[in-house]
Amino acid sequence: MLRYLTRRLGQAVLVVAGVVILTFVIMRLVPGDPAVAYAGPRASPAELAAARARFGLNDSLPVQLWSYVRDLLGGDWGTSLHTRRPVRDDLFQAFPASLELVGAALVVAIVVGIPLGIAAARYKGKLPDLSIRISSMLAVSVPVFWLALALQTLFASGLGWFPVAGEYDANLDATSPLHVYTNITAVDALFTGNWPILGSTLAHLVLPALVIAAYPAGVIAQMTRAALIEESSRDHARLERALGFGETAVLTRFALRPALNPVLSLIALVFAYSIVNGFLVEAVFNWPGLGRYAADSIRSLDTPAIAGVTLLVAILYVVANLAVDLVQGVIDPRVRSR
Amino acid sequence: MIRIRNLAVRIGDRLIASVPELDVAAGECVAIVGESGSGKTTTLLATLGLVEGAAVSGEIRVGDVDVLTAAPADLLRIRGSRAALVMQSPQAALNPTMRLGTLMRRALARHGVKGGEARSRADEAVAAVLLDPAILRRYPHQVSGGQAQRFAIALALALGAEVILADEPTSALDVTVQAEVVAVLRRLRDERGLAVLFVSHDLALVSTIADRVVVMKEGAVVECGRADAVFTRPSDAYTRELIAAVPRLPGHSGERPGEEET
Repeated sequence: MLRYLTRRLGQAVLVVAGVVILTFVIMRLVPGDPAVAYAGPRASPAELAAARARFGLNDSLPVQLWSYVRDLLGGDWGTSLHTRRPVRDDLFQAFPASLELVGAALVVAIVVGIPLGIAAARYKGKLPDLSIRISSMLAVSVPVFWLALALQTLFASGLGWFPVAGEYDANLDATSPLHVYTNITAVDALFTGNWPILGSTLAHLVLPALVIAAYPAGVIAQMTRAALIEESSRDHARLERALGFGETAVLTRFALRPALNPVLSLIALVFAYSIVNGFLVEAVFNWPGLGRYAADSIRSLDTPAIAGVTLLVAILYVVANLAVDLVQGVIDPRVRSR
Repeated sequence: MIRIRNLAVRIGDRLIASVPELDVAAGECVAIVGESGSGKTTTLLATLGLVEGAAVSGEIRVGDVDVLTAAPADLLRIRGSRAALVMQSPQAALNPTMRLGTLMRRALARHGVKGGEARSRADEAVAAVLLDPAILRRYPHQVSGGQAQRFAIALALALGAEVILADEPTSALDVTVQAEVVAVLRRLRDERGLAVLFVSHDLALVSTIADRVVVMKEGAVVECGRADAVFTRPSDAYTRELIAAVPRLPGHSGERPGEEET
């Protein structure tokens, strides 16, 4: 297990190193002069030269790459050109809200997707299977911005069951101010016992989380179904049936655990995908997450901020995969012995 | 213990196994031999109602239960506790994410045996197939093929099965381990009066355990009778071919079934 984890950790470091080089190249390839973007179009040549010197743009590329890597490791992710604040601080502020949203969405996707996959495998080829497969295909293929607008129009603007936009009711800041520790509002509210803000945040979370959950729930259901059907056709399932276990017991008590391996790998993949997919949903529901920051950065050609977002998503992807490797080691003894 | 009459297994219009008559009594080992595709495994699985995607007709009795007309709950009840399956590839037949002891405990609980009674049954069964009780804490990938196969037999013993349905139980094992597994089955048949239905394509091995032999070809029974009679005086041409195909060491006589000693 230790050797397996060390190898995975090594691979993860390589992936992050690759992304660091990639973001560096992107920053140099993006059209437009960063110095002009920073100093403004009407800056004097002296101001431009000062900006160039400040960002080290006069050095050779290897020197620039080296100082970029050194700064990143030292916690300096550059200065955003449009907020004029350190990129790291911006990310620290925006990312927890995205994590909150995507985390909630993934919990919904797992809680809904895995049981649906089990039900579909149990009634393979029958009506429940057919309806689950059709609905999961719909969930996967419907465009996320369309779903966001549809749910918002119907359940927020129309029926008024849920708030239209935002993370929580801003008026609550006056009556029950939130003490910020993690920047994840729901977590901070929960641990400081701020029930009004917690309730408001959960109500605001429902619609955007459901929208983001649609795609992962669909693929998780389909993958669970496929993995269970494959696992329940293996020799061990025949022995389990021959020991007197019925079909539901064979699926849930025996086949599910070995079938979870591919499902977990998939969850790590859709996690990182959902962060980016969620950018559009954040825009529709005015959620103060990474999406708005990324959109503003792209619009203003803010290369340090774009590189920061890219690097953060890559690190998330790597961390999610490492977490899945660990969980797989716990549930499957074959993985442990690798 | 097993009584089969006019068994016919069909997929669509194709008859994949047809057995007019087959009985296995307590303390008896009956072998079904034939090439792959001859219908022998299908016949064995039909005994537990485990043939999938095929139409099965005729009469199959395990003890007093009619497998083809039994209620689903009755069928689940006799699986394991009356007649237990021992499969071809021993490690693949065990759930890779489960310790052997967990599988045994769940199987016993399924048939209403729990707590101390379950533990003592598990220990007794494991000892009866000459395994170390420590094996119950291992995962399938941590045991050898021979150990896994003996554990499968121990499962049958712990559940109190009176019939063992062995589907090519030794073909995935090397020769010395084959002999061990067959020796265990023979001893349990003789000492505990277990009925064994033994499916194999290996006639040399069959000749060491079977009391009676059923020869199948392309889904049909071509010959059946006492093992010594079938091996020494085969009446069907296909049986003679099978016997002639058994490999023999040069200069070594008397091992090959079908050759009368001179």
